[in-house]
Amino acid sequence: MERKLIKFVLLAGGLAVSSSLWAAPSTPAMLSNTCSACHGQFGQAVGPSIPTLAGQPASYIADAMKQFKSGERTGSVMGRVAKAYTDDDFNAMGEFFSQKKFVRYPQKVDAAKVAKGKELHEQNCKKCHTEGGRESEDGGVIAGQWSEYLHITMDDFASKKRAMPKKMAEKFEGLSKDDRDALVNFYASQQ
Amino acid sequence: AGAPFITSAAEMLPKKGRRVVVIGGGYGGSIVAKYIRINDPSIEVVMIERDKKFVSCPFSNTVIGGFRDIKDNTITYENLAANNGIKVVYDEVTAVDTSAKKVVVSGGTISYDRLVLSPGIDFRFEEIEGYDPVATPKVIPHAWKAGEQTLLLRKQLVDLPKGGTVVMSIPVTPFRCPPGPYERISMMAWHLKNHNPTAKIIVLDANPDIVSKGPLFKKAWAKHYEGMIDYRPGNKVTKVDNKKRSVDTGVEEIKGDLVNLVPPQKAGMIAHKAGVVGEDKKWCPVNQLSFESTLAKDVHIIGDSCMAGAMPKSGYSANSQAKVCATNIVQLMNGQDLIDPSHTNVCYSYVTENEAISVAAVYKVAEGKTIAVANSGGVSPDLSELEAIYARSWIKNILHEMSS
Ligand SMILES: Cc1cc2nc3c(=O)[nH]c(=O)nc-3n(C[C@H](O)[C@H](O)[C@H](O)COP(=O)(O)OP(=O)(O)OC[C@H]3O[C@@H](n4cnc5c(N)ncnc54)[C@H](O)[C@@H]3O)c2cc1C
Ligand code: HEC
Ligand code: HEC
Repeated sequence: MERKLIKFVLLAGGLAVSSSLWAAPSTPAMLSNTCSACHGQFGQAVGPSIPTLAGQPASYIADAMKQFKSGERTGSVMGRVAKAYTDDDFNAMGEFFSQKKFVRYPQKVDAAKVAKGKELHEQNCKKCHTEGGRESEDGGVIAGQWSEYLHITMDDFASKKRAMPKKMAEKFEGLSKDDRDALVNFYASQQ
Repeated sequence: AGAPFITSAAEMLPKKGRRVVVIGGGYGGSIVAKYIRINDPSIEVVMIERDKKFVSCPFSNTVIGGFRDIKDNTITYENLAANNGIKVVYDEVTAVDTSAKKVVVSGGTISYDRLVLSPGIDFRFEEIEGYDPVATPKVIPHAWKAGEQTLLLRKQLVDLPKGGTVVMSIPVTPFRCPPGPYERISMMAWHLKNHNPTAKIIVLDANPDIVSKGPLFKKAWAKHYEGMIDYRPGNKVTKVDNKKRSVDTGVEEIKGDLVNLVPPQKAGMIAHKAGVVGEDKKWCPVNQLSFESTLAKDVHIIGDSCMAGAMPKSGYSANSQAKVCATNIVQLMNGQDLIDPSHTNVCYSYVTENEAISVAAVYKVAEGKTIAVANSGGVSPDLSELEAIYARSWIKNILHEMSS
């Protein structure tokens, strides 16, 4: 990141301001801490719907932000937020959140659906979403992600509101609503 | 600066190393205390809060609407103190001596190297003739500080006679939570529509129009509460009568079966006592990079009490300001450059039990002023269930951050 110093203009009458007249550029923590009022401290969301960012791959976060900014990915609020930042900011935020630990909280799941979801996952998804959805450089961490969010975003995939890779679409399009529900139960059950 | 005072009271917590004292454990105070410890655990932090339980104003309107338990809006500080090594003192700060760098509580004095004030708001009762700060809110609740007031308003709403009249009075801006009054109206209407559909709400707004998310609130009221809300902009209440349960705009006296009068506001009392309130006698001017007072050295003000340029007085703003303030206090105490601030604010408002709307913005400091970043932010395109779903997560996440 650029270490250029920007000049701080003294406010008229600002007699007691501190000795420092300079502000260094925003750090990754400065840019990211303010996101946590929605996403949870350090991106560790406590639920039930806003997604956890902590432990997501840096590039996944930066790409998602770029997509929100360009309008390629729609959302309720992220488009409006993302438009305020640059690609450098996105990379800094990605770095920040990727270094935090993904915390998995117990979620209410249905055992039969978890079993069915596990099977569907093994058949269709595990090639990209490895380790039960714990790892994926470009697909994000979905194991332990909040189930309300997974439902919303999977519905968006199904209705083509959110784009997905062709290979994922091939697998995804054959799934019924119940299948998707089973997959969500499986991912939400991961500890 | 705060008038120096002579006190014989003893120092309660003799200072060993560097210490920051925080006044208030609400949306700003709890977060600034926490993030100073996160950024530099060698700095001692003492947070002074008068109440053992904090009841959140955000989401208190949904308690009034009848679909949230006030317990879910309540936090305590044990985990915040234990997890972050913050010393929490439950007491009221009654004076601040900014030259001796001490605050006074009932148990003695506490000295500081730097002080942060996040005391929220107090009311300008004196601007409303007949308003008794003790007696009036017991009959005519403001419910602009959450807790008993919220429950009183809820009870009065439930007890409203069939077909009765609710009168709500909104002060001129700036006040805490610009969309708050309109969310309040929506939530009262939601309850009435379901339980007392012939009741009416008269809104006396001192402002020329709805202050925030106007078109969306109007759309929601037309869609869900047709004929129930009588919105009257440009009507400033100047007088109140507890016995008659009426308010007066100077032009007209209006009686209600329930009156929800939100008085005009100013920085928390302790900011006035500390001498950090500006020429307007209402709010505290601060350096926008560090939130340090422009009137007293080593004193910082965040949250509703401060003037933060384009940022609204919201819980989210207070949270964001707290993080910037904590970062730059630590920079200052360690003799390092200030870091350029980055803020966000998103305010969700419920319009029915299942639908919400929102306004978002990102802020930065340019030439010493906090401004919204151009070509970003704005309001949600419509009322939506999705916003209501995500809003529930927002409140959980932000209250968790304050209490863990
Ligand atoms: C009805 C309503 C709805 C709202 N909804 C939202 C919303 O949806 N989203 C949003 O972002 N904001 C919302 N707000 C605004 C939000 O409540 C405030 O902006 C926020 O609380 C400001 O934080 P603060 O730290 O400045 O003050 P507060 O959170 O009020 O905290 C101040 C604390 O300081 C303590 N204190 C004060 N003086 C002293 C003293 N002398 N000694 C010891 N302790 C002291 C108080 O007890 C209190 O706990 C709403 C407000 C209202 C009224
Ligand atoms: C007011 C709430 C709010 C704020 C503030 C916010 N987010 Fe989000 N975020 C959401 C919601 C809700 C979603 C789901 C998409 C949507 O509806 O916009 C989301 C989705 C995301 C995603 C996609 C996650 C995934 O798994 O695909 C990323 C990345 C993200 N946000 C990053 C950020 C960053 C970085 C910031 C701060 C600059 C931020 N968010 C601020 C609420 C918020
Ligand atoms: C060819 C690789 C591939 C396959 C197969 C695949 N995915 Fe994905 N998945 C991705 C990529 C890449 C993304 C990120 C899409 C984007 O850019 O928004 C993704 C995103 C997701 C997300 C959103 C993550 C988030 O945090 O928002 C979910 C949920 C998901 N996939 C579920 C599935 C399921 C269920 C299957 C199987 C039916 C599956 N995927 C199969 C590559 C794949």
